[in-house]
Amino acid sequence: MAASDTTTSDATIALDVFRYRPEQEDEPEMQRYEVPYQKDWVVLDALNYIKDEIDGTLSFRWSCRMGVCGSCGMMVNGEPILTCAAFLRNYYPNPIRVEPLNYFPVIRDLVINMEDFLQKLDDVKAWLVPKEEKPVSEGEYLQTPAQLAQYKQFSMCINCMLCYAACPIYGQHPNFIGPAAIALAQRYNNDSRDDGNAEREEVIFSHEGIWECTLVGECTQVCPKNVDPAGAIQQAKVSHTTDFLKSVLMPWGKRQK
Amino acid sequence: MAKSNEVIFWSVFSAGGVVAAFFMPITIVLVGIAVPLGWINPESLHVLMIHWVGRVYLFLLISLTLFHWAHRFRFTAGDLGLKGFDGTLAVVCYGVAILGTVLSVIFLTQL
Amino acid sequence: MGEKAEMTNQSADTKTKEYIRPMPANWWLKKKSYFLFMVRELTCLFVGGYAVFLLVLIYRARGTNSQEFAALFDGLNHSWAILLNLVVLGMALYHSITWFNLTPKAMVVWRGEERLSPMVIAGSNYVVWAIVSILIAWLAYRIG
Repeated sequence: MAASDTTTSDATIALDVFRYRPEQEDEPEMQRYEVPYQKDWVVLDALNYIKDEIDGTLSFRWSCRMGVCGSCGMMVNGEPILTCAAFLRNYYPNPIRVEPLNYFPVIRDLVINMEDFLQKLDDVKAWLVPKEEKPVSEGEYLQTPAQLAQYKQFSMCINCMLCYAACPIYGQHPNFIGPAAIALAQRYNNDSRDDGNAEREEVIFSHEGIWECTLVGECTQVCPKNVDPAGAIQQAKVSHTTDFLKSVLMPWGKRQK
Repeated sequence: MAKSNEVIFWSVFSAGGVVAAFFMPITIVLVGIAVPLGWINPESLHVLMIHWVGRVYLFLLISLTLFHWAHRFRFTAGDLGLKGFDGTLAVVCYGVAILGTVLSVIFLTQL
Repeated sequence: MGEKAEMTNQSADTKTKEYIRPMPANWWLKKKSYFLFMVRELTCLFVGGYAVFLLVLIYRARGTNSQEFAALFDGLNHSWAILLNLVVLGMALYHSITWFNLTPKAMVVWRGEERLSPMVIAGSNYVVWAIVSILIAWLAYRIG
């Protein structure tokens, strides 16, 4: 990274970083590093500086460093955030506490085990289940801007899992399907090209699905892409309740998609 | 993972939340502050209560608010550390709400 | 071949030695937003409690004449009773405000490609609330 156009002072800032090396210890510990303070640096820059210049053993995930890949999520001073979006200047001169994402098992240092989340993406069938099998020769699926608007917000999810790290329900009930998975299920349920509602319902409308959620709302607060997973879950509760009431009060009616 | 029957409980919780949100504050002001402090004649409340609209109002307010409490408290108790009792807790909470509902019907018809 | 076996063993090692951080029982005291959430949830105790109080009031109001009914409120004008009612009122108001503010999350109204603003949805709740409350207060005032 370019260290050329930076401040001239010798200012430093302290990072207290969570270390866990399963091959040498049973308990984690915090390790303090002093890194140069640059006004334009983010926490990810500081972590890379540590790895490059101070301690090559520090392990952490990162990729695009511009907020679209979802790899670099960690707890910074107790808040889940993309470390590529956490500017040092917002914390300076106080020390910054960097820990792995909450509510996930820690494999090593800042690296968490995300298998549970990936499994849930599978469970909710976070992909298009087409209404009709259309051969490529028949051309594209057509969609109006209004139809696109129905699911666009939920499609912004970058699978960064900050919402899971913010959700105290997920923290207490690891079986909870969780904000991102449900928001993504809704993304496909609300897509006019999709016909997978019935398949997803078994998972979404189960005890581990939307009904575990008590609308804490933290997921929406921390989401870097304004997906509003809390909204997705609430809307699912309302739509399911409406369908249920319709089927009870008007059993002769045909169920709408 | 089958579809849950939570939808029933959530519906009453939701209805209770709406009713409590719109009607509880003014009810507390009237019953707990305005009448005791003499701003409003207690007989006004009496007349309102006895009227069939008043009785329906009170029935819905009491019953739905109790179901709202039941559902919310059942989850909150778990959050506060009471783990592993969800079944029992649900029975107790909704049981209290059902009891309150039945009693409110009985008492309101006897007014 | 030996290398592969070693790698498999290594991943098995890290899998069994994953560190699970326990969630503390006082998790809701650790963050302001968590705390406010818990307060919001606990308002149900206050509104639920008042529902029980109303039930008791109705029980005691059965078959009373105007004098006997008015007597039911005698104990309620002590300052501690008024204070208690104010606390319950505060909690009920917190429930109402948080409830109305969350309505836009559940209720999405589409106009073509645009969503009706959350402010409008929440705001209309407040308007209805005001109308309903004033109506009831006016009714009680007029009858007396």
